[in-house]
Amino acid sequence: MQPHDLQTIASKVQAVRGKQRTRLMCCGSTACLSSGAEAVRTALDQAVKAQGLAADVHVGTSGCLGLCGRGPLVRREADGEPALTYHDVDAEVAARIVATEAPSAPDVASPDVASPDLTSPDVASPDLTAHILPETHPFFARQHKVVLALNGTIDPEHLEDYIAHGGYAAFARVVTTMSPAEACDEVKRSGLRGRGGAGFPTGIKWRAVLDHPGERKFVIANGDEGDPGAYMDRTVMEDLPHQVIEGMLIAGYAVGAQQGYLYVRGEYPLAVKRLEKAIRAAGRQGLLGANIFGTDFSFKLDIRIGAGAFVCGEETALMASVEGSRGVPRMRPPYPAQSGLWGCPTLINNVETFANIAPLFAGGAEKFASVGTEKSKGTKIFALAGKLNQTGLIEVPMGITLREIVFTIGGGIPDGKAFKAAQTGGPSGGCIPAEHLDTPVDYESLRALGAIMGSGGLIVLDETSSMPDVARFFMEFCADESCGKCVPCRVGTVQMHGLLDKIMQQRATPADIEKLQRLGELVKRTSLCGLGQSAPNPVLSTLRYFRHEYDALVSEGQA
Amino acid sequence: MTSTLSGDPRLKSVDRAIKKNGARGDALLEVLNTAQESFGYLSQDLIRYVARELHVPLARVYGVATFYHLFTFKPKGDHTCIVCLGTACYVKGAGDIVAALEAEYEVKSGGTTADGRLSVTTARCLGSCGLAPMLVLDGAVLARNDANSTLERVAVVLDGTPAQEAD
Repeated sequence: MQPHDLQTIASKVQAVRGKQRTRLMCCGSTACLSSGAEAVRTALDQAVKAQGLAADVHVGTSGCLGLCGRGPLVRREADGEPALTYHDVDAEVAARIVATEAPSAPDVASPDVASPDLTSPDVASPDLTAHILPETHPFFARQHKVVLALNGTIDPEHLEDYIAHGGYAAFARVVTTMSPAEACDEVKRSGLRGRGGAGFPTGIKWRAVLDHPGERKFVIANGDEGDPGAYMDRTVMEDLPHQVIEGMLIAGYAVGAQQGYLYVRGEYPLAVKRLEKAIRAAGRQGLLGANIFGTDFSFKLDIRIGAGAFVCGEETALMASVEGSRGVPRMRPPYPAQSGLWGCPTLINNVETFANIAPLFAGGAEKFASVGTEKSKGTKIFALAGKLNQTGLIEVPMGITLREIVFTIGGGIPDGKAFKAAQTGGPSGGCIPAEHLDTPVDYESLRALGAIMGSGGLIVLDETSSMPDVARFFMEFCADESCGKCVPCRVGTVQMHGLLDKIMQQRATPADIEKLQRLGELVKRTSLCGLGQSAPNPVLSTLRYFRHEYDALVSEGQA
Repeated sequence: MTSTLSGDPRLKSVDRAIKKNGARGDALLEVLNTAQESFGYLSQDLIRYVARELHVPLARVYGVATFYHLFTFKPKGDHTCIVCLGTACYVKGAGDIVAALEAEYEVKSGGTTADGRLSVTTARCLGSCGLAPMLVLDGAVLARNDANSTLERVAVVLDGTPAQEAD
């Protein structure tokens, strides 16, 4: 394949699509599938056929449309009309949606109200209005899609669809017109930081691998998303497999690697299936393999499937797992850039980081950096869950306040309850209480509050949630997931969990709380890897903001 | 060593995975994944077989297999109910669902009932937090459950027998 062949493929797809006035995209993500999206897709297909609309209406499967709590979802795109999303669709509603596409039917009008009340939608109403969510709805309006821009528009399983929307064009330009060093510099200038949670500048990491001498180098995508409450990476891998592959190709060229590995969590069979399909399709078109686009650059990509170990999200443990060993971390330095997979210089980035690369190069570093704050550029995907009216997957500009995420996008707390805290970063993160709701969401601000950006899990807790209980939940997780290599983590997490148990059972004394605090700080300072170093965060942050809840449990027990 | 495996047709896919990776030791995880997929669990014979074919010490195979949560060493029950214990599910009451199942069927989470009919396991996070609390019953993802709805649904898959008579 040559770069101009991409344009040929794109024109072919557009020639077919151009004739159809409307595109109805049925969400095919795990969440919507489990709410019955397959039946909806079948109903859409049948209705289009029955009503003789096949020439006008394209029915397809899309990636996650975001509002997972209200699925199944169907997105409607029509020439010259604003896009809209139908929610709570079933087979019967699907047939009525198609009926409105008949040339004789009145126009599909967005409801007059910009924000229909989602808390009590009258879905039984014969009118489709109750199912329509316009793009102006706050859930969509405050989002800013860079990584997920094509979600809802393209079919995740069609390479041609991705190419028709500009896919692989950024890679073609990089590999034919830029030097590896220039590619690294472009990433550096964009200000992109690692989306796995720690926020290390991506361009600096790339440059370190490029500069380190070595015959063989590797690129690894970390898709071992283990935080309970997080599914951003799963969505990116399932819905935009080619965007991840394109990011890895650009990275491979920029750092001088010939082989890449996608490490995917074993619990994500759909992601594995779609990535495998995408790799095969890209290989057939010559986008993977030897001498891509007729250049000297060759790149091979393989999938490695994890088998359920949270610690494998840590980069040195992940590399051990790729090598077929127990996923046990080791001391750094040497960093993977110096000595990684099989002792070779290795670049490891999170899959969301890789998914940022193609849009970054397509629009340029300056455009990428125009979104976000001074030190945190671009957007971040969050999995919004917990006690909220609207839960789902969102992509927001860095620097947005937590209040906007919770109350505008999330629609506030159900049942008239009060907001208590937002938990970010899962078992490695912390809680942010109501008084800090106006904090901008960026790496530094969240760290200053004792929480972290994390990989993107964001769980909202209401007034009925017990914070010590949440802390205990995470500590049980960490104690279970500790690999056992270093003592502070192996023993410390178990001891902390025991103390939290004692507190919850109201058997603790004030001295136990002091001990919990001291132990937390010790484990944080002395553990070998990120798992142990961050395991005390949920405890320390709830002690910081909700100490009175711990004290109350102790004094109630002693009374 | 007597092996109950020789000639088992399910070994074919295991052999394929070994061959595909050139029988290299670093394919261990992938081969174990395939082995469990074919057999449902890793029996002692199967672990020995993998060690022999990959030319890896048995201790290493055992060490790797026991390190990762997804590998099991006992056969599963006829039906499986996986309860998600991710954060979103937990704050919405997934803990009560597990407790109800354990009490109703006299089984510990991670285990199988004495009659081998039902396995109850928990998952760390199945990544469908918008549907919390969620569970996977015989492969079907079910959204927004509570203890009662779960017991009803499990009773239905166990041949429609009322829950209290199912053991």
